[in-house]
Amino acid sequence: MKIAVCIKRVPDTETRIRIAADGVSADEAGVKFILNPYDEFAVEEALQRKEKAGAGEVVVIALGPDAAQETMRTALAMGADRGVLLRADAIPADVLAVAKALAAELKDGGYDLVLFGKIAADDCAQAVGPMTAELLGLPCVTAVSKLELDGGKGVAHREIEGGVEVVEFALPAVLTADKGLNTPRYPALKGIMAAKKKPVEVKPVTFAAPRLRVAALEMPPARKEGRIVGEGPDAVPELVRLLREEAKVL
Amino acid sequence: MDDSLFFREEHLEVREMVRDLARNEIAPIARAADASGEFPWPTVAKMAELGLLGIPWPEELGGTGMDYISYIIAVHELAKVDASHGITVSAHTTLGTSPIVDFGTPAQRAKYLPLLAGGKVLGGFGLTEPGAGSDAGGTATMAEDKGDHYLLNGSKIFITHAGVGEIFVCTARTTPGTTGRGITSFIVKKENVEKAKAVAVGFGHDDSITWTKGVRAGKKEDKMGWRASDTRELFFQDAVVPKEDVLGPVGEGFVQFLKTLDSGRIGVAALSLGIAEGAYDEAVKYAGQRKQFGRYIGAFQGISFALADLATEIEAGKLLTYQAAWLKQNGKPHKIEAAKAKLYCSELAMRATINAVQVHGGYGYTTDYPVERMMRDAKVCEIGEGTSEIQRLVIARSILGDVVGGG
Repeated sequence: MKIAVCIKRVPDTETRIRIAADGVSADEAGVKFILNPYDEFAVEEALQRKEKAGAGEVVVIALGPDAAQETMRTALAMGADRGVLLRADAIPADVLAVAKALAAELKDGGYDLVLFGKIAADDCAQAVGPMTAELLGLPCVTAVSKLELDGGKGVAHREIEGGVEVVEFALPAVLTADKGLNTPRYPALKGIMAAKKKPVEVKPVTFAAPRLRVAALEMPPARKEGRIVGEGPDAVPELVRLLREEAKVL
Repeated sequence: MDDSLFFREEHLEVREMVRDLARNEIAPIARAADASGEFPWPTVAKMAELGLLGIPWPEELGGTGMDYISYIIAVHELAKVDASHGITVSAHTTLGTSPIVDFGTPAQRAKYLPLLAGGKVLGGFGLTEPGAGSDAGGTATMAEDKGDHYLLNGSKIFITHAGVGEIFVCTARTTPGTTGRGITSFIVKKENVEKAKAVAVGFGHDDSITWTKGVRAGKKEDKMGWRASDTRELFFQDAVVPKEDVLGPVGEGFVQFLKTLDSGRIGVAALSLGIAEGAYDEAVKYAGQRKQFGRYIGAFQGISFALADLATEIEAGKLLTYQAAWLKQNGKPHKIEAAKAKLYCSELAMRATINAVQVHGGYGYTTDYPVERMMRDAKVCEIGEGTSEIQRLVIARSILGDVVGGG
């Protein structure tokens, strides 16, 4: 089974983000970058599928600057076989451009399965996976929380509002991984050592003129301090009044 | 401390992995393990699976193939969250495994290192005796030469892993006397007293080991701290140790364990540093959450200056510890640097945890916050693997030599 996992280098979700002087990007100084948490589920799923099949290859593909290789090492330390870095100075805001670059790399790769995380922790676009599938002409199932594969077919569960949707599809296919799909492993120390020797191919990519650009980046407004309106049942009328008149939620 | 001083990319990856493991798997169980004093088999098994029990040893010996600095990073990171898990790795690696790596014959290495460095069973080191603590030359356990084997009689006290471990390096006297001369090291094996739990997690017991007749673990010590670490007496009653299990030349045991302890001190320094940093992190967090007199308590100089001092001292402790580790890794003399790192960091752990409890006020005195556990865990760092007094003696002798005297 040959599986590609498309991964992204994102700021640690616990990092406090500052906006850079240009006003349209995040200041990267002192920021720790990690493998996008949803991509960890995708990597783990690929590894489990390969282990179950008893043979195959797991290739991790990232698009981004040279530093994305460090992120790739995490996936390689978990057990992926090799990496491909589509080298670009910055990741374009135009997600279709990213999808096109990935699709070009994936097209002739002979992959049975292409996995993504369902959402990137930084831009939250949730678009690159489905767009790539479309460009490759492959079926796509997003937010997969359970997966069964049998020969050339698969069944995926998607957690939707208030229920579960069960989807059948034919391989090859593109899937995006949700929480619950598996428990990502920690990279064992031997894996970390082995990852140093695994091949990473670096291929420069160029993009067509961007069709959209980030105009501004703003921090969410500071949350106002909470207010205690009273205690016990006596406070209820006042609370209801405030919710109705001030917060206007009732 | 800037990462680039001592760390390469793989060191940062090790740190990241151990940090995640500590935070996600160990922190949630640390308080319960401290309260019950039970050995945390599932998390120790997880550490074994990930290779944390054989970090600095080459792959040919069954180890992970990483270096000494990686090992120190792991102990440091574990201790930030739970000192018991830190000492489990440290005692197993430097005390239990390193004597066999350093002094074992090819046959002994081939036999025991895949089990120890490969993370199959836990190891330990039997040096301290009821009557021989800092004065290890006072070892009274006797080893009588019986031709093809030695007969050991005596006991060892405060032995980490004495109950849950299976392979031990122990010292005994092959020549009567009260000095370091005439002490020899032996490899002894006894079955894990918690075998059923070990088998259930798939780590900690190996049926292929031939047990040394006449070796037995005592009851578990009820300790102030490090409560999730297994500490017991080890008894030898006409214990039959075949000559193939003598470790290194007869009579060289004293010289060997001095070397083992030199390195062990760097591990305890890292562990102490971890406790100090863990407590400091908790104090910083709390100082930014707790309000009194209408302000965060961190806004008061009484709190903020204490934290500023700790931040500075932790920085100094890191430099001492990682420098000692770097010296050891590069095959340079490190006895004095290890003693300085251990002395400074263990006393820092005590100061840091006392201050962290103080920052937390009454809450810090309860088990709702981890700082009281850290304070109890810190104390033994000033005692185990050479007391602070012994560290000062080692350092003083290096400065003043004969003036201080050897006795």
